[in-house]
Amino acid sequence: MLKLIGSRLATAIPSLIGVVIVTFLLTRVLPGDTAAYFAGPAATPQAIAEIRTKLGLDKPLPTQFVDYVSALSKGDLGTSLSTGQSVAHEIATRLPASAELTLCGLIFALLIAVPFGIAAAVKQGSWIDHACRLITTAGVSLPVFFTGLLLVYLFYFRLGWAPAPLGRLDVFFSAPETVTGFYLIDSLLAGDLETFRAAAAQLVVPTLTLAIFALAPIARITRASMLHVLSSEFIRTARASGLTSKTVILTYAFRNAMLPVVTTLGMVFSFLLGANVLVEKVFAWPGIGSYAVEALITSDFAPVQGFVLAMAILYVALNLIIDLAYGIIDPRARSEA
Amino acid sequence: MNRREFLTSASATAAAAGAAVTAPAVFSPAKAQARNETLLIVSESGPNNLDIHGVGTNVPGYEASWNCYDRLITHPMKEVNGTPYYDKDKFEGELAEDMNIGDMSVTFKLKKDATFQDGTPVTAKDVKWSLDRSVSVGGFPTFQMKAGSLEKPEQFVVVDDRTIRVDFIRKDRLTIPDLAVIVPCVINSELVKKNATAQDPWGLEYTKQNTAGSGAYKVTKWTPGTEVIFERYDNWKGGPLPKIKRVIWRMVPSAGNRRALLERGDADISYDLPNKDFMELKSNPKLNIISTPYSNGVQYIGMNVTRPPFNNPKVRQAMAYAVPYQKIMDAVMFGLAKPMFGASPESKTEVAWPQPTKYNTDLAKAKALLAEAGYPDGFETTISFDLGFAGVNEPLCILLQESLAQIGIKTTINKIPGANWRTELNKKELPLFTNVFSGWLDYPEYFFFWCYHGSNSVFNTMSYQSAAMDTFIDGARTAAAGGDKAAYDTDVRGMVDLAFADAPRLPLFQPYVNVAMQKNVTGYEYWFHRRLDYRALQKG
Repeated sequence: MLKLIGSRLATAIPSLIGVVIVTFLLTRVLPGDTAAYFAGPAATPQAIAEIRTKLGLDKPLPTQFVDYVSALSKGDLGTSLSTGQSVAHEIATRLPASAELTLCGLIFALLIAVPFGIAAAVKQGSWIDHACRLITTAGVSLPVFFTGLLLVYLFYFRLGWAPAPLGRLDVFFSAPETVTGFYLIDSLLAGDLETFRAAAAQLVVPTLTLAIFALAPIARITRASMLHVLSSEFIRTARASGLTSKTVILTYAFRNAMLPVVTTLGMVFSFLLGANVLVEKVFAWPGIGSYAVEALITSDFAPVQGFVLAMAILYVALNLIIDLAYGIIDPRARSEA
Repeated sequence: MNRREFLTSASATAAAAGAAVTAPAVFSPAKAQARNETLLIVSESGPNNLDIHGVGTNVPGYEASWNCYDRLITHPMKEVNGTPYYDKDKFEGELAEDMNIGDMSVTFKLKKDATFQDGTPVTAKDVKWSLDRSVSVGGFPTFQMKAGSLEKPEQFVVVDDRTIRVDFIRKDRLTIPDLAVIVPCVINSELVKKNATAQDPWGLEYTKQNTAGSGAYKVTKWTPGTEVIFERYDNWKGGPLPKIKRVIWRMVPSAGNRRALLERGDADISYDLPNKDFMELKSNPKLNIISTPYSNGVQYIGMNVTRPPFNNPKVRQAMAYAVPYQKIMDAVMFGLAKPMFGASPESKTEVAWPQPTKYNTDLAKAKALLAEAGYPDGFETTISFDLGFAGVNEPLCILLQESLAQIGIKTTINKIPGANWRTELNKKELPLFTNVFSGWLDYPEYFFFWCYHGSNSVFNTMSYQSAAMDTFIDGARTAAAGGDKAAYDTDVRGMVDLAFADAPRLPLFQPYVNVAMQKNVTGYEYWFHRRLDYRALQKG
């Protein structure tokens, strides 16, 4: 196991170096001029030049790169111009916000999608199969900002069940002391049930929005993978041996069908984490996706580089976890590694 | 269904549902009390720096600076169309209790009991250090100070502990007004010096995150991109104690949600909604909408006069007749702007800016002028706009494109992302574009100096050069400084007439600052910077 982790991490290092170089170059070839943007509406060319010098953007590219890498080696990701904060700090506070939302959405989606996918595969062609197809198609084809706005309209504006879409906490609550950065966990650790309830209330509608979107790939893969496994010989044998259909489906079929589901899960998670910009925008969620997009729009290099790097590290970690999960689900995968 | 349609139906059904919509049970009774003294503001974006002297402080950052710092002097209010509006010609003390204008200097006496938020008294030393800082840090603050002929630290002289003198390097009527803008704020110099470093002698890193002023509010919590929390400074001496104890400013990127928050009564104020939303909210009896034209600001169509075809004044005049002015007012601005076109042909040019041109949409005339200029079949060009303000710019350019096509001018639309816009504008190569310019200092010659003068500043986006224009502008500046009213009036009329006849840029409208607030929120004041002044607001 340790050897597997070690070898996986070793192969990740070249890709991380590649990510550092590529993001550095990409952000530099973006057409915008950071200095002109931040010099403000009333800037003279001289003022722009002064800002350029202050930001170190007048140095040749190789020098800028050396500066960047040497700062990076000290754990300094630079400072964002648009928010004025250090990027490392911003990512550390925003990543948990995105992760909490994404995890909630994913867990919710899993709870619905997996049983749904299994049922659809077992009763192929039945009404439940058609319902599964309908819901998954709707899930992928409705853009998240639309479902988000629709749910806000319904649950906040019309029914008044959901709290105002104002981010992670209502304005009159203060955030619990940071331990994990997940408000649900932190508020419980602090023993503050009122804050826990407030944080949970803020989470419900965005979680639902994300879940509707994430449901589709998971349900479809579960269904396809189950269909494949259910038609294989060992299932026929199991059925012929007189095992109950519950044992056949859950113990034999589902365990074998889980590998592709886990792979999809990893992909959906990392995809949602970076790509739920729109949900973050709709719910004023202080997450990492909207942060990166805003930085990109303003040609703010440091957060973009920091974001890509953080995502790359996250992908590596996630893939490692998935590989390890493979080994637990299917011992054959372990020996092959 | 897009967001707009969704919202239309949202408000329609909400109106139908009426009383069925009950207040959300978000606030417990204890919190309701706090809510009465707390103001919740929602807007699209927030500050990136709490100090206007910082590198690249954005416009929301100006709001933080305005409310947390004092200036020596400020403007009193007057009433314009029922809304308190700053009186640009009058001044009153904020930190100064007395202002004495001499021939080549002005002397301020500081209020005796004014203290910074940490309790230390405000002294003339602090004032000098702050003014020195604003003319020395470079970038926007230094540029703004220069606009009022405030250029060197030697101009600021400490007379005694409570007296400071500002020496003039030249006579300039903008010097005193420039001391009342946001930039010359007074900072707690000892506190900032304690937190300064060798690389950062002015302590910009410290004031970026912390407010160190004597103003009515201090920032107690700031989560960039999420929220800013202001608490009242109870010992403020700059004016009457504000009613609002706490201001929570939340960033809500989705305009639809900002509107929903307002309509549900959860947010108290919002001020950057799309025009269409504001127009629709006007009919909401629960909300109060105030629209005020930008002082000294105009949205215009600019043309690069250094290259064909727009180097030909006839072509520019043809353009002036081809712009679909009224359609833009109706379909883009929803009437929330002041027209800057279509003055009656007999009307006389006023000594004022902005003022409407005499142009109207007249395609036949435009076609004739185009033929006269040697382009009977039109030509091809591109229209550029800033995507950062796409809500107005995009439909505006499409209407223009449509109208130009009718006189044979084929155009392609070039959308430029916000980050690139200024760079592209500075290159002065865009042939045809739309943009807004507005000046903090509300004087015609100030506007013309930046936008039409041959010194070719960043805002002379058309690269317009005219010896006659320069004479008028320089003449008006000299006349204003010397108090020669007759010469000033002639020069201002001269530059306005020339700008309209030569038509390097076509004024479209004066945009409005739109603010939507709950009925129980009162005391909104219009300021030249167009941001909110929390000090006058109250609830209840």
